[in-house]
Amino acid sequence: MKVGRYILVLGALCVALVPLTGATFYVQLVSKIMILAIFAMSLDLLIGSAGLVSLGHAAFFGVAGYGIALLSPKYQAASFWWTLPVVLIICATLALIVGLLVVRTSGVYFIMVTLAFGQMLYYLFHDTKFGGGSDGIYLYVRPELSIAGWRPLNLEKPTHFFYFVFAIMLGVYFLLSRIRVSPFGHVLVGLKANEQRMRSLGFPPTPYKLGAFVLAATLTGLAGYLSACQFGFVNPELLSWHYSATVLMMLILGGVARLHGAVVGAFAYVLLQELLASQAIWGGIAKHWQLGMGVLIVLSVLLLPNGLTSLVDRLSWLHFKAN
Amino acid sequence: MSEHGLRASGLSKVFGGLTAVDNVSLELNVGAVHAVIGPNGAGKTTLINLLSGDLPPTAGSIHFNGHDIVGYSSDRRSRLGIGRTYQKINIFPSFTVLENCRLAAQSRKSHAVNVFRSVRSYPSLKQEAEQALAAVGLEHRARVIAGTLSHGEQRQLDIAMSLATRPRVLLLDEPLSGMGAEESTNMVTLLRKLAKDHAVLLVEHDMDAVFALAEALTVMVNGRVLASGKPDEIRGNPDVQRAYLGTAEVRRG
Repeated sequence: MKVGRYILVLGALCVALVPLTGATFYVQLVSKIMILAIFAMSLDLLIGSAGLVSLGHAAFFGVAGYGIALLSPKYQAASFWWTLPVVLIICATLALIVGLLVVRTSGVYFIMVTLAFGQMLYYLFHDTKFGGGSDGIYLYVRPELSIAGWRPLNLEKPTHFFYFVFAIMLGVYFLLSRIRVSPFGHVLVGLKANEQRMRSLGFPPTPYKLGAFVLAATLTGLAGYLSACQFGFVNPELLSWHYSATVLMMLILGGVARLHGAVVGAFAYVLLQELLASQAIWGGIAKHWQLGMGVLIVLSVLLLPNGLTSLVDRLSWLHFKAN
Repeated sequence: MSEHGLRASGLSKVFGGLTAVDNVSLELNVGAVHAVIGPNGAGKTTLINLLSGDLPPTAGSIHFNGHDIVGYSSDRRSRLGIGRTYQKINIFPSFTVLENCRLAAQSRKSHAVNVFRSVRSYPSLKQEAEQALAAVGLEHRARVIAGTLSHGEQRQLDIAMSLATRPRVLLLDEPLSGMGAEESTNMVTLLRKLAKDHAVLLVEHDMDAVFALAEALTVMVNGRVLASGKPDEIRGNPDVQRAYLGTAEVRRG
């Protein structure tokens, strides 16, 4: 376990040093990955801790993106301090309403109901003019982060935005790692393992699952907010189930039920995608990168069913055996 | 009926065309073991499921502690003070022994919803978990991963988890099944101790244990109560001998 911790700290340091390379492309790429890592970590609270596989999670990501885009004045910066809470409250409220309906189901029904909900919202944004329809809308200016006139960070600068996302990712990581060892986190694990026994011990499943659902949706909303800020553009694709499934794949690639698995999975997935879609390496085949990705995901599931992060466990075990 | 007793009357459960439990009434009192015996398929486990709330009854009423609890969910009944174990061992094998009991103790505390503090930072939870473990004699195994315990110890842990919720009524579904002779003796001693301050419903096939522990017996056959009474009355009942206790008892008599 110790080995894993060193690797994590080392990894975080490497990420923190990325802007020093001065390559804006990589700064933006890693910012995007870190936002996806926040998304994947929040999905892991549902899947890894509570055992609820959601395919409608991207809906909250998209709603948060539309939220900041619609709340911002057209050519001026909105304030981060009020837009973020408003967006998060919208996501939490939506999750509470949806959650009340969906957390009563489980297994494949939970997957189908969350999928249906996600697609419903997708078509709502796709087929109405309210959010620009299928074209989406632009967010011309990123929100402003100022405290009484003082601007510690200018989010328009890629490096500033990078460290801002980096700090939020670390914050979400620590928050979720606290939750995992909290009484609430233990109840979720118990419900995932054996709901009947948990009930006979006096735990009502619905409020705990609902809590996890709302919390996960709110943190996903945080990722959606940041993503809209980064790309300055939102469209209905952000809400579609493909997006939920992509993040699910990241989670499986990195390792479910381990928080750093979500982060490692996000990095691995996007970097692999960059590699496989590189025309410089693969030429004409590069546009069929999904094919290669599919093969790699299948191989990873077959060879490393607990994800890439389980490699570290194996290394620690070898180390233990050698001693 | 004592203050903390449980009284069920006219309980029935119909699954499609099968009446699994047919008009069963019984009373559980603190300080006594009430055993339910009967051949396989007699409806004993279904009866426990009706009392614990795992299944809703088709008909009948259940009163506990002044409440009519027939419409209550299983988690609500548990919070009122009805604990149970299952025929199959039902522990969390990847947790340690202490963590299993601490999780159970947590269900009685409002801070179970606190998301910002570690479970380790609640001394009262640890204390209650340790008390429950001490009650079943597992305190020396607290740090062990539950899945690695022996079969008998897992049964003890299962009971300790129920005890950590501080129940008044314990519904135990075959707590002696799969146990060796020594483990059985220990379990009987434990159950006798628990009966002092709990109302215990014991479903069990081990007749030695049943007659050693029970103050009252209900014999079920095909979902119906065949006979009910004190152990001596049941032992002497010719219907029971024919239907369940079998030829061994007849021969002995």
